[in-house]
Amino acid sequence: MGITVRYVTKRFGDYTALDDISLSVPSGSLMALLGPSGSGKSTLLRVIAGLERPDSGDVLISGEDATELDPRKRGVGFVFQHYAAFKHMTVWDNVAFGLKIRRRPKAEIRKRVAELLELVQLDPFAQRYPSQLSGGQRQRMALARALAVEPRVLLLDEPFGALDARVRAELRTWLRRLHEEVQVTTVFVTHDQHEAMDVAGHVAVMNHGRIEQVGAPRELYEYPSSAFVMGFVGPASKVAGAWVRPHDLELSLEPSDGALAATIERIVHLGFEVRIELSIQDGEAALVQITCDDLSRLELKRGDSVWVLPRRSRAFAEA
Amino acid sequence: MTRKLALRTFALGYLAAILVGPLVLVFYRAFEHGFGEAWSAVTTPPALHAFELTLLITAIAVPANTIFGVLCALAVVRHPFRGKGLLNAVVDLPMALSPVVVGLSLFLLYGRTGWFGSWFLARGIQILFALPSMILATVFVSLPFVVREVVPVLREIGTDQEQAAATLGASRLQTFFRITLPALRWAIAYGVVLTTARSLGEYGAVSVVSGRVAGKTATATLFVEDRYQSFDIVGAYAASVVLALMAVSVLLAMNLLRRKEDAL
Repeated sequence: MGITVRYVTKRFGDYTALDDISLSVPSGSLMALLGPSGSGKSTLLRVIAGLERPDSGDVLISGEDATELDPRKRGVGFVFQHYAAFKHMTVWDNVAFGLKIRRRPKAEIRKRVAELLELVQLDPFAQRYPSQLSGGQRQRMALARALAVEPRVLLLDEPFGALDARVRAELRTWLRRLHEEVQVTTVFVTHDQHEAMDVAGHVAVMNHGRIEQVGAPRELYEYPSSAFVMGFVGPASKVAGAWVRPHDLELSLEPSDGALAATIERIVHLGFEVRIELSIQDGEAALVQITCDDLSRLELKRGDSVWVLPRRSRAFAEA
Repeated sequence: MTRKLALRTFALGYLAAILVGPLVLVFYRAFEHGFGEAWSAVTTPPALHAFELTLLITAIAVPANTIFGVLCALAVVRHPFRGKGLLNAVVDLPMALSPVVVGLSLFLLYGRTGWFGSWFLARGIQILFALPSMILATVFVSLPFVVREVVPVLREIGTDQEQAAATLGASRLQTFFRITLPALRWAIAYGVVLTTARSLGEYGAVSVVSGRVAGKTATATLFVEDRYQSFDIVGAYAASVVLALMAVSVLLAMNLLRRKEDAL
């Protein structure tokens, strides 16, 4: 059953944050809402949680109409970008909050909190205050707190947005494993396509309050339905009227059938991969990705003239 | 280095001349003729009554303004409404108005011919020259402190924690008592301390509305003034010392709270 969103529209004054959106998240799956800032992804998540009321449309959670339901009765766990830690409570009390509100027996609360703290690897920090934790630890605490009440769905709003790159990568892997273990329907919002593709089984790409495409990461990368998706889920350049990925451009020193003349503007070494910025005859810029072995074979340097051949490209109807 | 020293000397010198000097003098003059004399001057029935009255008025004004202050801050920050700006400005009025003006306006409202005065008088309730008007005056002048302390903190903590509590199943009331109020506790404590200090020291407005009948409607500050006018120098200074000690203990309480807050 999972989550079903039907024809939801949400406006803030003149601004349309969500424009007639429909989306269904299968039960037990892990879905990412991916989009640039202002695309409406956070608003959609908050509408699902009941923190915002849609102007029209319905939200169904586990097949049950939740549109009119108060957030506290929806059975959602919500994790905020800036943790929303209860600063005056210890880690233990933060995690126990939802259970205490539900007046669960003390023994049960103790057991459940201990389990969760172990799950998020915070058991040694139970008696600390949030201010004594690192960002990554605070976010894990927030996750344990949300999971404590056994939500039907788990919603995460840019959960790793405030963390540095290394901790982000660590927590991504960790979230994926956690989801495998807990199997609760999960939706998380991100503007980082790597994060979305790394963590989620399904990705919904959003733009201007609409959903552009929903699919598995590979599907989105290989078969994008619009130029926006093509450009958002990975690097792409427009060459001779069609969009092409940097690794689908072939460089050579000799002209061949269909190849375009280009000049090398810049060579960027990224380790095993090398990114080359080209300008093609009529001034169009393009990115090419080759390996460092290829680079030394071709003996390329800045200012060289080369020939570039798109192996595979996609054309979209202009929106 | 010399500039730093000059700045420090200036600041300390200024404080000594304006603040510490007069205070030391008050203590000196109070105990000039021995502790016994000072003690008996502040334990006369009118003196004791004056302190009691001050404490009573403070004990009513402070809780009233604390509850109002928190609710008002919530209204201003959390529930935007028409006229919010006006409310925000009106809250500061007691800071801007001279207490004497406050006293006079109460006088006009609750006097024999005032809007409310005649209504109360017809029902045999004495407002002016009695406790009710003194409480009203004190509540008025000490009103802004809790609001002003709580509003910025409420803004700063934002709504994330409250929303998190809601998704975890807490009702509005539970969220208020378990999340919002604890987050505001230092701001409220700070506001309470300031309100208390202001209430203890109130003179102008209360002086206008009380009628200043010694042993009946004279608060501690009015008692000091009364003793001074009657050339009872020891009495005036000894009562001042008691007031100063009350204020100092309030300040100490504030500092202790601050230190606790820093430690957290």
